[in-house]
This record gives sequence, C-alpha cells and structure tokens, in this order.
Amino acid sequence: MNPGDQKILGSLDEAFDRLGISDGMTISFHHHLRNGDYVLNMVVEALAKRGIKDLIIAASSIFPVHTPLVKHMQSGVVTGIVANYISGPVAEAISRGELKKPAIMQTHGGRARAIESGDLHIDVAFIAAPTADTYGNINGVYGKSACGTLGYAVADAEYADKTVAITDNLVSFPACPIEISQVFVDYVVQVDSVGDPKGIVSGTTKITKDPVALIIAKRAGEVIKASGLVKNGMSFQTGAGGTSLAVAAELKEIMKRDGVVGSFASGGITGYLVEMLEEGLFRTLLDVQCFDLVAIESYRNNARHQFMSASMYGNPHTKGAVVNNLDIMILGATEIDTEYNVNVTTGSDGVIMGGSGGHSDTAAGSKLAIVVTQLLKARLPIIKDKVMTITTPGESVDVLVTERGIAVNPRRVDLIEILSKTKLKLMTIEELKTLAENISGLPKAIKTSEHIVAVVEYRDGSVIDVVRQCL
Amino acid sequence: MRITKIAKAGTLESNDILIMVMPNESGNVELELESIVRQQFGEVIEQVILHKVKEMGIEGITIKAQDKGALDYTIGARVETAIKRAI
Repeated sequence: MNPGDQKILGSLDEAFDRLGISDGMTISFHHHLRNGDYVLNMVVEALAKRGIKDLIIAASSIFPVHTPLVKHMQSGVVTGIVANYISGPVAEAISRGELKKPAIMQTHGGRARAIESGDLHIDVAFIAAPTADTYGNINGVYGKSACGTLGYAVADAEYADKTVAITDNLVSFPACPIEISQVFVDYVVQVDSVGDPKGIVSGTTKITKDPVALIIAKRAGEVIKASGLVKNGMSFQTGAGGTSLAVAAELKEIMKRDGVVGSFASGGITGYLVEMLEEGLFRTLLDVQCFDLVAIESYRNNARHQFMSASMYGNPHTKGAVVNNLDIMILGATEIDTEYNVNVTTGSDGVIMGGSGGHSDTAAGSKLAIVVTQLLKARLPIIKDKVMTITTPGESVDVLVTERGIAVNPRRVDLIEILSKTKLKLMTIEELKTLAENISGLPKAIKTSEHIVAVVEYRDGSVIDVVRQCL
Repeated sequence: MRITKIAKAGTLESNDILIMVMPNESGNVELELESIVRQQFGEVIEQVILHKVKEMGIEGITIKAQDKGALDYTIGARVETAIKRAI
C-alpha cells in the first residue's frame, strides 16, 4: 500500500473484483457475532450470484443463522467447510452427506495453528468488524453490533493472502482502541448491518436451577478444593453453560472463604467471571470471546480484562499457549467412554451438533480437567464403552463428576490418592456406567454408513476421528 | 375391558411422556409412538406400553405417545393413569 492509496471500497462487488475471487478459493470468517452474524451469508450469497463454485468456507464456527449455506452446498457453490464448531441445519446437512468434501473439524487452538503453519491456507479473510476506520483498524467494542474481543479473527487477518474488513460502523482514522491493525487489512467495505445484536450476545448468563446440576456443581467444587489447587495465583476456566457457571459459583464461595486470589480466568468470558474479577477474586481475565453484554462492557473499560487471540489461547505450536498456564478447567460432554475419551462433536443420534471449540485445547493444557455431566440425559446414558466420535482424548481428561459419583482417570494416581482421603464418593467409570444402564436400560447402537462426512482434527492437526453419515 | 372416552396423562417435559388414549371400533390395540430416543429405545418403549395395556386387559384402544426420554416406570404409570381416566 502506497501513500495516498485508499482502502475504502464502495461495495462487496467492488471488493470481489479487486480480490479476483475465483472457483476453489478458501474464504474465512470469525464467529464473534455468533447466531447474529450476517457477514458469512452476505458474502457467500454475493459470490454465488457471481457464479463462483467450489468455495471452501473456513469459519471459526457455524451456527443456525448460517442455514443458507445448505443450499449453497447443494448447488456446489460451497464444497468444503473447515470449522471448530458447527450446529444447526448446516451440521445436519453435512451429516446427511450433502457437502461434497468431508468437513474438517478443528479446535480453537488447532485452527490458529493450521492457519499460521499454512496447513489451512486462506485466500481471503472477511472480518466482520463492529467498528473499523477508513484505513482498516478494527475493534469489536463499539458500534451497534459490538461483540467484544475479536480473538478468533486474528490469525485470519494476519495470515490470509487478502483481508477485508466489513463494517456497519465506519469511523474516521484512527479507530480507538485498535484490536486488529491496519497492517493486515487490504480493504474496508461499509454495509448496513453486520449482525443482529439479539443473536450476538445473550442478555444475561444464568446459573442453572436444576437441582441435579447443582449437586454436580457442588461435587465438582469439592473435587477442586480437595485437589489442593485453590491457592493464591490459581487459574480457572469454564464454559457458559448453566452447570459450568454453577461450578464457578461454588469456586467463588471456596475462594472467598479461603481468602484466595487467583491469577486469571480465561476463555469465553461471561458476566459471572467479570463479577469475580471485580470482587478481586482474580487479578485478570484473558478473553478470547465475550459471551454477554457485561463481558463486552468490562473488556472495553477495564484494563485488567485482557485480550487474547485464538493462537495465544490454545495453539500448541506457539512458544506457549494460555491453556498451558491453566490450573482448573470445567468441561462438558455429550458422551464420555470408559477410556475417558469425550465426544462433544456428535449427538446421541450420531448427527454433528457441535465440535471441540476450546475443549481439547484446555483439557490438554490444564492441570485438572473436570468433566461435569448428568449420568443420564433424556434416558440416554452418557458413559459409553466407546464414544461415537472422539473430540478430546481421554489421556487429557482427569475427573468425571456426576450426580451419583465421581470417577478419576486411573492415569491420575496422584489425584486418586488425594481424593480417596476425602469423603467424596469415588467410583470407577465402569461402575458409574453400570449404575446408569440399570436405570435406563441398554440403548441400541446408532447405525452409520461407511461414508465419511467429517474429519475431526486434534489440536496438533493429527486426525483423531472421523464422522460417518447417519443411516 | 374397553375404554369409553378420550383421556391423557403425562407432560412433554424432558424425561416424561405424554400418553393420549381413545377408544376405537376395531377392537385392536393401536399404538403411535414418537420419541426423541426412538433409535435407541423405540422397541423397549413400545413393549412397555403394550405390556401395560395387556396387563390391564384393555382392548379397542388407540394410544398416541409422545416420549421425551421417560424411564420405563414413568411410561407404565402414565399409560395406567390415562387408561383409568378413560374408563
């Protein structure tokens, strides 16, 4: 870019002309606008109108709002998808075999690794920008589509051949703050709206009221306490689900009681973790993605609420990811098997309903990875002989906490020793499995065809499993 | 024994089943089952319902069941209640 050159283009079509987008290219998107995102659909629809075929969509996540992708898969406009999490009609269509090439499912850290190493080469990154200036500086904290941090968009912006900011809040140079720098951005396109605020953030994140889930959270809190990790400088991460938040609430009480100040909490950040920061229970938050309005506001206003990119968060091939500094991680599971392998990729019917996100990254990095789940969900036992799809390998999962008992991975001899000195009800995972099956009965196995519809990549890029088409 | 009217029992809450029973002229036991765990437990659920109907000696009944992952005792209890309400 020479002095005097402009980055502002009049329309998406002008951008496509300049970019020379052609058949077979890989285009990327971030998912910070979540189920409110307009940008992915807008771009793919416009490219379809231009007659482009064989696109590979590298989106950090895909949600129900991206349903129009299904028709583009059927018509051959889109023939490949690379994502860390896929839910809704697109996931169902992939499971029915409607995508020409198998989808590639990565982890949050693994995606950053793949982009930076060249395994995932991006021709053009389209960055939905809640705020952008005329020279391509971007932030996510201002504008009507504010979403907070833009951690998942960083590798895309830095490593794509071309990067286009698409914004509905164009400001004069320079934007403040700058999260993604002008040095990575080729063009800026202004549109009416990049997203629907109602789908971008949930108004509030609530702790579950389900008594069974609360018991699980209480037990998980007791395991954390007994592990000896609750001390000054400790670190913690949990998801935004009701049970996970309830564990955070348990931990909060323990930390207050013991007068402990943690070093950081990380991950997708919710209002609940902001509350813990503001109460002085953590010195800082490391935030790759804001889940709610409280988190966005805190990230905008509080210097101790810090940004991290997906690469800094979980990329195993950097000089150190944040997950490596993590003491305690609370994880969910759709299924877990007697080898402690966890599935969060496919549902009980074998259909894709999610994906790793940061699951595998945090399980691998943390000192204590606890899976919290009910023993049965709608009659289906969660513990299996073999999970349908391995998302996270059992060697990185330490403890399973259910409402009926706690199972510790036999590899963690040290933990078993510590926990067996407490009053906690320890069982083997096989015993818990039998307990559940005695209540529910034995489920019939789901049948799949031989046709592979998705490849599950572990964070280092190795193939950990495949997903087959459902019959 | 025959039932004389339409009746229902249960809810569409998770882990429950909604059973609706109605008399039919054929004299047979007819069952329509929808279940979120049909693939894994469909046959078991049908057996539990039909067993309960037989146990109560009911004929000429059409049963519509919408299952949200109920356990066998829940299913049996909901069927029994619906039938008693319909007699």
